Amino acid sequence: MAHEHKLEIFRGLVKFKSNITKIWGVFAFLCIVTAVEVVLGIIKPESLTGTRFLAMKVLNWIFIILTLVKAYYITWDFMHMRDELKSLRRSVVWTGVFLICYLILILLIEGDYIFDIYKEGFIKFNF
Amino acid sequence: MEATVAKTGTEGKTWGGGNRPLNASYGKMMMWFFIVSDALTFSGFIASYGFSRFKFIDAWPVADEVFTHVPFLHGVPAPMYYVAFMTLVLIFSSVTMVLAVDAGHKMQKKKVIWYMFFTIIGGAIFVGSQAWEWATFIKGDYGAVETKGGKILQFLNTEGERVAIADFAKHIPTERVTHEKKNGVWYAAEPTRTSFSYEEVKAGFLANDNLLVRTQYLDEHGHPTVLSREESVAKIMNDGKLVVEGANLRHNEYGHPLFANFFFFITGFHGFHVFSGVIINIIIFFNVILGTYEKRKSYEMVEKVGLYWHFVDLVWVFVFTFFYLV
Repeated sequence: MAHEHKLEIFRGLVKFKSNITKIWGVFAFLCIVTAVEVVLGIIKPESLTGTRFLAMKVLNWIFIILTLVKAYYITWDFMHMRDELKSLRRSVVWTGVFLICYLILILLIEGDYIFDIYKEGFIKFNF
Repeated sequence: MEATVAKTGTEGKTWGGGNRPLNASYGKMMMWFFIVSDALTFSGFIASYGFSRFKFIDAWPVADEVFTHVPFLHGVPAPMYYVAFMTLVLIFSSVTMVLAVDAGHKMQKKKVIWYMFFTIIGGAIFVGSQAWEWATFIKGDYGAVETKGGKILQFLNTEGERVAIADFAKHIPTERVTHEKKNGVWYAAEPTRTSFSYEEVKAGFLANDNLLVRTQYLDEHGHPTVLSREESVAKIMNDGKLVVEGANLRHNEYGHPLFANFFFFITGFHGFHVFSGVIINIIIFFNVILGTYEKRKSYEMVEKVGLYWHFVDLVWVFVFTFFYLV
């Protein structure tokens, strides 16, 4: 394998001169994202914890999205997913994404259901 | 990059392993297989944490109140700072790892050695911090009372500040000592006794009129509910059962025991990954020094162990979010 790297991130918005500068650039970006998460986690602005979007606090959506952003750059630039073939990329990423989404969906719905039963009484579906 | 294996006579043959499916070498492909399966294991753990949390969504501990310590800063409440530091250490060791891989591509042995060295140090700092975090969590800080139903009651003064049980518990002289294996019935010991008995905490609580009880149930703003003095006294008199200091697999002074169980299990499993990652890094580090990869004319091994190391970092990013932030 020749070691040419794709040096663009943010869809070509930022282009680095060498692989080393790209690594430091991605590191700086990850630090900024982590700092934002920590600051939000300490302040917990009322405007973000009070409002909900799709049954979850907006603040929690922000945390989860920022986490996925970090995961993307770790996988793409540190694990060199960006330089792999599209087929390898997809077989790794989509396998995980589908299975994990399914698992989370089932378990969270089930957990919420048990919470309701504990709270409201012992018969939920009284047909 | 077939330099790691001797020629097998199957080069170019589809079913002999000589091909490079998806243009990835055998070793890297296997590492990706492992990473995908390990990622699913971790998501199983984190999703089951989510399950238990949704099951007790109105009584789950607030992480900000649990992890408030920084080494050498006693009594200074500093939520999250230390975990943020740990996260940065791990991300930084990922950076040195990827720099080592980059130097390996250019066959710069000296640089690979130094970057691997920094990666190992970063990993060691992380594992050490993790151990410290565990120790602090197990030790606990304020102490609490557990009810007959297994719920946790914590103590506040009328200003709303947490009060440690050691500050108000009455000392009642007693002959009671820890029952050890060597006394009485053979091999039947009791667990470590808490520093105060429930009777002592109860007496101290009743004697101090400015103490209130806080339950683990959250109000509509997400803060634990504080009871009035009358309700507090009734709660302690009727429901209280035992004193809890710190956290273990059965009791947890911060709230639901499941929180402690998942904390130990998930961060423990992750810490085990970091630990084994450090060991593997050390092995590769010595191989680099010995010139093994120089002889092979390929540093692909550094790249493979790098993949594993980044994966450990990746998992931590998720653990950080779901244990400390959300």
